[in-house]
Amino acid sequence: MGSLIRIVSQRLALGFLTLVVVSFVIFVAVNAMPGDFAQAILGQGYTEEAGAAIRREVGLDKPYFVRYFSWLADALRGDFGTSFAQTSFAAYAGSGTGSGLGTVAAQLAPRFANTMFLATVAASIAVPVSLTLGLLAALYRNTIFDRVVNIFTLSSISSPEFFMAYILILLLAVLNPILPSLSNIFDGMSFSERLNRTLLPALTLTLIVTAHMMRMTRAAIINLLASPYIEMARLKGISPMRVIVVHALPNALAPIINVIALNLAYLITGVVVVEVVFVYPGIGQLFVDSVKNRDIPVVQASCLIFAGAYILLNLTADVMSILSNPRLRHPK
Amino acid sequence: MSMLATLITVVIVSTLGGWMFRFAGQKTTQNTPYFRDMPYGVAVGYILGAIVVLWLAQTYYLGRTLEAPAANKYFFFVKAIDLFIIFALAAYVFRIFGRHVGTSATRKLFRSMPVTAAFGVMIIIIYTIMAIFAGLIAPYGQDQVFPLANIVPGGDPALGGNPDFPLGTDQIGRDILSRLIFGAQNTVGIAFATTCLAFFIGSSLGFLAATVGGWVDQLLSRAVDVLMAIPALIFALLLMTIASAWAGSDKGLLTLYMVVIIAVIDSTRVFRLARAVGQNIVVMDYIEAAKLRGEGLAYLVFREILPNATAPLLAEFGLRFCFVFLTIASLSFLGVGIQPPLADWGTMVRDMSQFINFAAFAPSVAVAPLLAAGAIALLTVGVNFVVDWMLHKSSGLKE
Repeated sequence: MGSLIRIVSQRLALGFLTLVVVSFVIFVAVNAMPGDFAQAILGQGYTEEAGAAIRREVGLDKPYFVRYFSWLADALRGDFGTSFAQTSFAAYAGSGTGSGLGTVAAQLAPRFANTMFLATVAASIAVPVSLTLGLLAALYRNTIFDRVVNIFTLSSISSPEFFMAYILILLLAVLNPILPSLSNIFDGMSFSERLNRTLLPALTLTLIVTAHMMRMTRAAIINLLASPYIEMARLKGISPMRVIVVHALPNALAPIINVIALNLAYLITGVVVVEVVFVYPGIGQLFVDSVKNRDIPVVQASCLIFAGAYILLNLTADVMSILSNPRLRHPK
Repeated sequence: MSMLATLITVVIVSTLGGWMFRFAGQKTTQNTPYFRDMPYGVAVGYILGAIVVLWLAQTYYLGRTLEAPAANKYFFFVKAIDLFIIFALAAYVFRIFGRHVGTSATRKLFRSMPVTAAFGVMIIIIYTIMAIFAGLIAPYGQDQVFPLANIVPGGDPALGGNPDFPLGTDQIGRDILSRLIFGAQNTVGIAFATTCLAFFIGSSLGFLAATVGGWVDQLLSRAVDVLMAIPALIFALLLMTIASAWAGSDKGLLTLYMVVIIAVIDSTRVFRLARAVGQNIVVMDYIEAAKLRGEGLAYLVFREILPNATAPLLAEFGLRFCFVFLTIASLSFLGVGIQPPLADWGTMVRDMSQFINFAAFAPSVAVAPLLAAGAIALLTVGVNFVVDWMLHKSSGLKE
């Protein structure tokens, strides 16, 4: 048991280290931007004093590494700085006053909740469906059913997200008006209404992720079917369903859990395009908008959040596969 | 509530029908082992499959026979079925063609090929021809603007079409058919160049790490680990922000930056594979012999290791191409990828996506954005089918 805790804590430490290095990469990348920060914000209203004031305000007059560590320390406390797009800096140029919405954290927080809601809905549809389909495809392998499912999943893996999204909009929102095609979500909405508006983007994500998970489930189970103990169970005369569910599935659990965690990590990337298509007010949409407006603090913060979630899920996959595999639990 | 009623009917019919189907099969065939040992689930599956096929046939029939306003709902359905049948037939004919024409090696290859893989090969050949000869095939130039904007696809003047522009024109009056054909050249060409660059960077560094080992290996591997910890699309978007600031208003330069950025991000995946393959090769005796001969590092990497690692790298090339192609399409769709005036499928989808909302009363208007998105999907599906078949063949899986 002691060695188990040691391995897991080793992985956690490694994950944290990766996150720190990634944050440094993001910081370096953003600091490679050409041009003067203060000049870019003030535009026409640039004067020497106003520029110097802004530089002092955001700490641009300090050395490189000092800036990095103060940014990181602020980010860890949940303070991601001030968004360019908001009007807070206009005060320096002499027009208007700073507003409360200027901080990146205030912009990100509600959107982060929305994105998590979307990902949760998508995952809670995708995981059971893909496990069932994978089990069925393994059970009826090399039949027509298996081939049809194979062609469908391969096609949906290889289509771009926006193609899937528009096909679903066409089918479920325009031709058969069942679900709304725009997901305008706001505070104070009832849960069922919110779910209704989230369903179409969630279904798109489900279609993309299900295919991958289902194929991996099928492959993991079929891999095991050649092992001697499955042969034994079969020779005892157990039904094929029972062989797969009781004998093969528990041993295939490690790769399957791994794939589920990796796909949840994939959801985080896929969410960007899907949110843009459905105008869903999540982090992905904000991220793309800020990329277009070059709103650096927001880009930096959302990048850090995406990378953090991605690393966390990959770490979970790693730890889970150690926990569910006795051979990794007791290394030689 | 009609949907719920339909669902309940389907469940009842399939549960009862499955049992009846198996029973009838046993009786009529004098209890052959196939029906005698058929699990109940399989029988229900057959009935469900039959219901789906019947439903497809009925909807197709309705879409074909109904008049204009009522048939709009089935327009896309009918077109999808038509396309599916055409493609399936074409792939089948193509496979027969391949089995009888060509060298004995290609004929043998086609004989072992499933229809899906034949479809993939056919799609790849068509796209390649389109990409290379786009300038000859396309009726107009890709940035040629006509005074006739927003012409409806279909070429029927009564519905707002124009026979000169079979697929219509976009908001500022560019011919969609020409732009689709040039899109093959731009999107596929750029994706191909990017993949080649990614393979060049990734495999040379990977083989270098495998050959030299030591701190070079450690340094490169840890750097790749860090780069891979950031989701590819997110990282690409971050770097594109910075690149767009550097490029300023020079659109061509921005496209060049995009190629380099995606190639570098993607080369991390190639690096992993190349390093793993290379490590298995460097322990071979002929590498030892080459080292003793005093060959240089470049010779070892490109003349000894590379020729022995081509097979796994080729299969990976197909997958990586799909990935790069989809990333570029997504970036263009988000508005930060291939820049106008170059015609590009991702940008076309984004520009014309609003037309989908007209599908209910003017279906042919909504075709244009789906065509561009479909062109992307078709190529990646085709490549994936081929790669799937190659992997299946090389793994020797029989079950």
